[in-house]
Amino acid sequence: MSFTNLRGLAAVVAVIGSGALAACSAPSHPAPKTYVVTMTNMDFSPKTLTANVGDTVQWVNKDIFRHSATAKDGSFDVDIDVGQSGSYKLTKPGNLQVVCKYHPTMTQQILVNP
Amino acid sequence: MKKIMLAAASCALIAVAGVAWAAAGPTDPQIAHIAHTAGVIDIKAGKLALKKSHNKEVLAFAQEMVRDHEAVDKQALALVAKLKVTPQDNATSQSLMKGADAEYAKLEKLSGKAFDREYAANEVAYHKTVNGALETVLIPSAHNAELKSLLETGLKLFQSHQEHAEHLAHELH
Repeated sequence: MSFTNLRGLAAVVAVIGSGALAACSAPSHPAPKTYVVTMTNMDFSPKTLTANVGDTVQWVNKDIFRHSATAKDGSFDVDIDVGQSGSYKLTKPGNLQVVCKYHPTMTQQILVNP
Repeated sequence: MKKIMLAAASCALIAVAGVAWAAAGPTDPQIAHIAHTAGVIDIKAGKLALKKSHNKEVLAFAQEMVRDHEAVDKQALALVAKLKVTPQDNATSQSLMKGADAEYAKLEKLSGKAFDREYAANEVAYHKTVNGALETVLIPSAHNAELKSLLETGLKLFQSHQEHAEHLAHELH
């Protein structure tokens, strides 16, 4: 191995090392969570939810009707048949208004923190 | 005095779809029959819309009506079988069916936008009637807890259908 190659290897090791150090010293971000929302008796349960970007919401349809979890801002539209579940990973902060597109009286609010 | 007596007499009667019931209201077998009839009527109207309409929104709504009402009806029939109850025909079921037959005949003669508008307008009116009956007579009169619970779920569903139908009717005008 030439001297130049050795210098290059050292640089790579240094970069990796500093990256690992930075990762260790960065403020700890909570591990992503999955929130389970039940669809039953023509309603979402819970009706309101507070989560973080990176978390996942999983809707479980325990009703006898087909439902959907549809964001009013168009960011997602998850169709969920009877006895099935569907999920969506929250990608941006905001206050999401969710509705079942088949049953507009079914609504949910998800507050997504950065 | 006569007026007061008449008012008292009318308070002792409760009406569903134009049919007056005694204060005790319909029995569980009669309620089961009314609920089944109400579902069958809307499924039949939905199937007609699926056959006649070309409007995407109307077709989606009609599919929803057929799917949801079939689901409730299936649940209701399973419940009456479990409870060993035989649904009992009654004046309210007959009145609902008579009105529905007339509306069906009217819808059959229409096409295009005229059909879509009449179907949507009737769905609004029909769900209002059924929801009113569920709220004021059928749910309060139901004795069996499981039947009452199914009717309560049905009411939430039909209220949602009414809102959807109102939105559809508005869009078509």
